[in-house]
Amino acid sequence: MYLQDLIFELQRFWADRGCVIEQPVDVEVGAGTFHPATFLRVLGPEPWNAAFAQFCRRPTDGRYGENPNRLGAYYQFQVGLKPAPKNVQQLYLDSLERIGLDPGAHDIRFVEDDWESPTLGAWGLGWEVWADGMEVTQFTYFQQAGGIDLRPVTAELTYGIERIAMYLQNVDSIFDIKWDKRVTYRQLRHPWEVEYSRYQFEELDAAFFFELFTKYESECQRLLTRGLVLPAYEMCMKSSHAFNSLDARGAISVTERQRFIGRVRGLARACAEAYVKSRAALGFPLLADEQGRIAAEAFAGAAEAGVNAQALAAARAVAPAADAEEAAHV
Amino acid sequence: MSDTTELLLEIGCEEIPAAFLTRALAELPAMITSRLATARLAHGAVSALGAPRRLAVIVKDVVVRQPDLRERVVGPPVGAAFGADGAPTKAAIGFAQKNGVDPATLERAAVPGKKGEYAIAVREVTGQDAMAVLPALLAELIAQFPWPKSMRWGWGEAAFVRPVHWIVALFGDAIVPFGFAGVPTGRATRGHRFLAPQPIVLANPGEYEAALRRAHVEVDVLRRRERVRAELARIGAEEGGVVRDDQALVDEVANLSEWPTGVCGNFAAAYLEVPEEIIVTALRTHQRYFTIADHHGKLMPKFVTMAGTIVRDPAVVARGNERAAVPRLADARYFVGEDRKHPLEHFAAKVADRVFLAKFGAKAHTYGHKIERIVGIVRALAAEPAIAATTDAATAITAARLCKADLATSVVGEFPELQGVMGMHYAVAAHGQAVGTAIAEHYMPKGAGAELPTSGEGALVALADRIDTLVGCFAASLEPSGSADPYGLRRAAIGILQILLARASWGLTIDRLIEVAAQQYSGALEVTDTDCGELTEFFRGRLRGILADEGIPALDADAALGADFQYPFDARARARALAVVPAGAREVFKRIANILDDAAGKGLTVAGTVDAGKFVADVERNLWAAFAPVAPRILAARRRYAYDEVFALLVELQPLVAAFFDKGGVMVMDPDPALRDNRLALLHEIRQPFADVADFRAISAAGSAS
Repeated sequence: MYLQDLIFELQRFWADRGCVIEQPVDVEVGAGTFHPATFLRVLGPEPWNAAFAQFCRRPTDGRYGENPNRLGAYYQFQVGLKPAPKNVQQLYLDSLERIGLDPGAHDIRFVEDDWESPTLGAWGLGWEVWADGMEVTQFTYFQQAGGIDLRPVTAELTYGIERIAMYLQNVDSIFDIKWDKRVTYRQLRHPWEVEYSRYQFEELDAAFFFELFTKYESECQRLLTRGLVLPAYEMCMKSSHAFNSLDARGAISVTERQRFIGRVRGLARACAEAYVKSRAALGFPLLADEQGRIAAEAFAGAAEAGVNAQALAAARAVAPAADAEEAAHV
Repeated sequence: MSDTTELLLEIGCEEIPAAFLTRALAELPAMITSRLATARLAHGAVSALGAPRRLAVIVKDVVVRQPDLRERVVGPPVGAAFGADGAPTKAAIGFAQKNGVDPATLERAAVPGKKGEYAIAVREVTGQDAMAVLPALLAELIAQFPWPKSMRWGWGEAAFVRPVHWIVALFGDAIVPFGFAGVPTGRATRGHRFLAPQPIVLANPGEYEAALRRAHVEVDVLRRRERVRAELARIGAEEGGVVRDDQALVDEVANLSEWPTGVCGNFAAAYLEVPEEIIVTALRTHQRYFTIADHHGKLMPKFVTMAGTIVRDPAVVARGNERAAVPRLADARYFVGEDRKHPLEHFAAKVADRVFLAKFGAKAHTYGHKIERIVGIVRALAAEPAIAATTDAATAITAARLCKADLATSVVGEFPELQGVMGMHYAVAAHGQAVGTAIAEHYMPKGAGAELPTSGEGALVALADRIDTLVGCFAASLEPSGSADPYGLRRAAIGILQILLARASWGLTIDRLIEVAAQQYSGALEVTDTDCGELTEFFRGRLRGILADEGIPALDADAALGADFQYPFDARARARALAVVPAGAREVFKRIANILDDAAGKGLTVAGTVDAGKFVADVERNLWAAFAPVAPRILAARRRYAYDEVFALLVELQPLVAAFFDKGGVMVMDPDPALRDNRLALLHEIRQPFADVADFRAISAAGSAS
């Protein structure tokens, strides 16, 4: 299966199961989780099912295109299901079968791997999914993002598509993956790996990026005061990438590192809170009309208890009856 | 007596983390037992069962009905409970209502151990059917299960380790009706996720284990581990080698699948140029693979993985795993290559800037500071003749300089457990095997009963590293409190003691170690005499523990350590030899010690010269006469460290000392000062050869250590 077919198949599979096929975010990110379709959509009571391929930059992992298994940038195929359906594991296994990883032929296992993003103030529990000893997917039930407890809970499935393609195509180097019938991964991506490794490790102007970091940070904060949540979050993403770049350049000491991560987390948290409030102000439009109004009222009603409690109140107000009944028993 | 039946609870959920499952299986029996006890449901054997997709418990012979309860609850004193007219007061009525009895039925009775009479409520509770009690009991057990980390899912409020999909709750052949997280209980379990996905209906708990086994789920973790071992043995034999033993990994992989099935993979022999430990660690850490050694103990280019299912063609699974192994091995080789571009000194310089313990203060807190101190300690100790005889100072000093360097290498960054081992590999080329060995061995012993350094140089650096940390932490008030020991100081002290026990010929005392280590902090961190004294006592406690672990009675350990514990080997020899000393002998020598202490406390001279002419009683003369020829024998035995002989002589003296104290004996504190001082001198003489061998003052009359 060509790499692009892998993406097509996953898109089709998840589109058939009600996912919006979004496109990658046009800002540098280190993981699909930064995509507003994930980080922002997991917040608040609105359901949301989406899938997209995301180009992810990991400057520290660059190897000048010389390592057949490591890249400074790669693709993730990410699926977010909110709320996570009860049969989400089975849906996921069906998707593997769709791309040729049949559990009758392969050893598929769910191995504990709790996920945490200190920069996003986010964590979740789940697994890395192994196919014949290879990690092919990160499967996470999001519990918190931007410091806000998540209800309902989103299941985030992140497929490592190069890894899967290598396996399906039986090649030993990422660069030998066939993108389509004619074009290889090497032809598409190798020059980028070489140049960006040099750039990130040798040429990147640290002073310039420190300045960028500070500017993105203050701009994010300023935009939040102007009620512009989405542009503010864009600045947050950019500050995170600036940090990653400085980190790869070796410009941040071990002790400073925690401080920088804390600064990005501060922005992510502020954006998350502002986003939930902005959605409440719109009446949580992805809920059905009446539900959105009920949730927004519950949100407003808990104003004194803080955003976290407000988000929880909004979710409880519109939780399906069976779950509400269960809640009463706990 | 009453009817009993079997209880089964199975919580079916998504894959439980392996380590959590291990812990849950250990905790579950006590949790259910305590709840059943509270519910007054007597029962038989409890077995905790579980596999990645389920946690279960079977309790045998649970009574089907609680016994009736008649209990007497003590209330307020009669004075407060009843008015002058004998009617119950407000307090008594409240008490009666709380216990569900009519206030008019309150009785009055004396209560053992208390003065006066009290109001007594006689509660009679008719036993309920177990079936009435179990739903809430089991629901609570699930809801309150103490997972290290729990999660929520869907819209729900319930928390569990992973989403719950089914619950089997059977009491005999009946379903215990309740629900958790919107999942009602039933009698249908599930088999293996891929091999037997259909529901399996159970008639009763007795069918559970066998039914699951037929459905490719081994639900008994001990049997699952056996299955893993059998698979490893099978593959080892097939491949002409032996799978390297790894208990922790067996335990982990046994909890990573419900039906472990071994698959063997190969890797390119060229990777074997990388030190074996790295290959083993890389494959273990990232892939949970076992490695195989040939019959000479040499690593083969093969590994074993425990698949979680039976597939159509195991070769496909093997090929996939081989592909997964390659990047791990390639990374390992890459890291070694990167590290080898520089001498170990380069990494030593990098490590020097890292903070070891910030609380030591700016002049003492980096690894650079620590290394200087370790080198100082090693230099001072290596100069002692007994140590110099077995240890090369230059080798030890070089090893000390480089002992932490590998912390800055790529391999140790990736695999922290290879610290020391990598230092060794990287040191050998430039500095020789002896330096390498000392670097690797300075982390030994790695735990209680673990291997000790074989080389003198390794032992010396190991002592220096640990005593430096101990002295620094005691000086910086970072000593352990309660069970909290964040800097591993207990382990460090035990490690030092184990090394000293094995190297008695070095003649090192605990205080000498502390003194040398404290000197290194001069001008950087103040180490007070109090700190050193506390640390010495800390060592006593650890040595006491080591002796207890050897099976030496606390009484003997305390007597031996009470006399002296500066030379741990000697203290242990004395403690072991004390086994021959009966309680009677200890008592009389304790008495001698107490009398001498009292006399000294009163300012009397206790260490005078014995004048045989001043004896008036036979018991005095006999004791002195018997002691005179024994004294040189004691000293001779002591010089040979033949403590069993020393104590045999002590026991020999016992009847004579006893006679001295017994009825018909003499009074030491005679009104005549001359007689008194002479007797004190006699006792002093007798105690003297034993004083620093054993101190019996700590034993109490009951014969146990105070």
